[in-house]
Amino acid sequence: MRASRTTPFSRVSAVVLGVLVAVLAYAPYAVSRGTQTQLVLLFCYVLMGTMWNLLAGYGGMVSVGQQAYIGIGSYGLVTIADQMGVPAVLAVPLAGVAAGAVAWVTSFLVFRLAGGYFAIGTWVVAEVLRLVFTQVDGLGAGAGVSVGAYGDLGPAYRIAVVYWLALATTVLSVFGVYLLMRSRTGLGLTAVRDDPVAASSLGVGVAGAKRLVYVAAAVGCGMAGALIASNTLRVQPESAFSINYTAVMMFVVVIGGIGAIEGPILGAVLYFLLERELSHFGAWYLVLLGIVVVAFTLVLPKGLWGLVAGPRRQVFPVGLTVMRS
Amino acid sequence: MNLVNAVVQGVLLGGLYALLAAGLSLIFGVMRLVNLAHGAFAVTAAYGSLTLVQHLGWHPLMTLAVVVPVFAAAGFGLQRGVLTRAATRGPLTPLLVTFGLAVIVESLLLTGFSADSRTLPTGQLSVASVRLTGTVSVGVLPLLTFAVGVVAVLGLQWFLFRTPAGRLMRATSDDREAARIVGADDRRVFATATAIALGLVAVAGVFIGMRGTFAPSSGAGVLLFAFETVVIGGLGSLWGTLAGGVLLGVAQLLGAAIDPAAGVLAGHVVFLVVLAVRPEGLFPKAVIA
Repeated sequence: MRASRTTPFSRVSAVVLGVLVAVLAYAPYAVSRGTQTQLVLLFCYVLMGTMWNLLAGYGGMVSVGQQAYIGIGSYGLVTIADQMGVPAVLAVPLAGVAAGAVAWVTSFLVFRLAGGYFAIGTWVVAEVLRLVFTQVDGLGAGAGVSVGAYGDLGPAYRIAVVYWLALATTVLSVFGVYLLMRSRTGLGLTAVRDDPVAASSLGVGVAGAKRLVYVAAAVGCGMAGALIASNTLRVQPESAFSINYTAVMMFVVVIGGIGAIEGPILGAVLYFLLERELSHFGAWYLVLLGIVVVAFTLVLPKGLWGLVAGPRRQVFPVGLTVMRS
Repeated sequence: MNLVNAVVQGVLLGGLYALLAAGLSLIFGVMRLVNLAHGAFAVTAAYGSLTLVQHLGWHPLMTLAVVVPVFAAAGFGLQRGVLTRAATRGPLTPLLVTFGLAVIVESLLLTGFSADSRTLPTGQLSVASVRLTGTVSVGVLPLLTFAVGVVAVLGLQWFLFRTPAGRLMRATSDDREAARIVGADDRRVFATATAIALGLVAVAGVFIGMRGTFAPSSGAGVLLFAFETVVIGGLGSLWGTLAGGVLLGVAQLLGAAIDPAAGVLAGHVVFLVVLAVRPEGLFPKAVIA
């Protein structure tokens, strides 16, 4: 008997994932621009879902205000790339850093609220940012602003660059969350989520761990915002700070499976397909999404991945499994 | 004097916010559950009233006689059917469920009534006013709204602290297990609390519709104002709720008097300042909830 992190399942899936990422990286040479633009959106769903899962599934913090950091990321790209002249490849991570900085300051306010009131508090912060950006004339005020950062590249090359940026950002972020959850800090976080009082009595720095997660999730959402802006080339306060982003994150995490790294990836793919097939039903499509969230939360709280996962069946093994050697 | 007028109107608006906040606060106080669909429910009540006004030609105030009992019954059912299951599964579940409910309700309103802004026609009531001083006059409708808010807060206070049912509710909130041991039916108590909260929400929704415009997407704003009122006032303090509502209302209308686009933002800023400087609220809880 020995304790092992990897299992046969995880070793096989690691190879499969590696091949998948390689295939996706080759895609710009093989698929149309329209497909690439669609896939960027899928990568953003994976990224946003992963960040919301980090917050709620691992940090125990339900935020209804993550659109704040999508918006900061979108406007951050415009400011850093267009107005300060930084290359777009660097501007995307820097926009994430900007969102993280805002989140760090915000955390000192919203962390004074517990549980459900924390959720609405984060929403107020997002609304404040939306209303403020509606007033900033230098960024187009309510009408919004166009993204010119990729102007020197031809359209085909621009779309490929954004695609690779989105793929790299998403893969690195998911891997980053995996490393974080394997670490001592990750273990502490899980303990904090399950029982903050007990965790604190065992010497886990509760406030610090939560703040780290909150800032990290904002960095990820900020990069997602920058990528969405790179994809649509337009930033407007009403849509950049829309609560719909948080609704998407919640949906992705709930159907995929909360508290597992695999969950939001699965959920993002499902959401992406559902949106393609059903979004022309308009409001009825949203009714369906709402019903699915309620039903999954009550009936299948571990999501679809929860049906598949087991101690030996994890793509991203964060814990140790006892193996018969 | 424009600013004096803004303050007076703001105080009166505070009554409406207190009414909204009382429902949110009651559910949280009794069940530790934050209802993210609170605003969506209020807007639904306004649409319910609108439907009665259009089809039966009733005055919006008369529709309260139908809308409030229907919402109270729906609240009882909602608690029994959905929230009881959600509340026992840790803190994440109720938030996800009520957020999902808010999305469902808002989208259904969108399919039924379109995205257009509507208002409830109040006839003579919308123009009737009382002159306080030479320059400040107060509309009868805002005055009535304020009175209803105050009466609701007073009534809730009286119910929770002066009646056996209220005492049972506080006891169940404090310690569910102990309340069960002495024979309280905790599920019934929780369902009653939700019924009262939804009744209050319905009243608030109809008054929102009479005071101004509403659309399916208005629920988010309503929820945020109710929440800000609760936090500014101090969690669990009903009197604080009234003070919180007044402060929020005054901040919004003063802000709007200075710059029409800044009203809502001014309210949010006051909330953030209170959170930064006095996170326990103006009247920290001594009591329920």
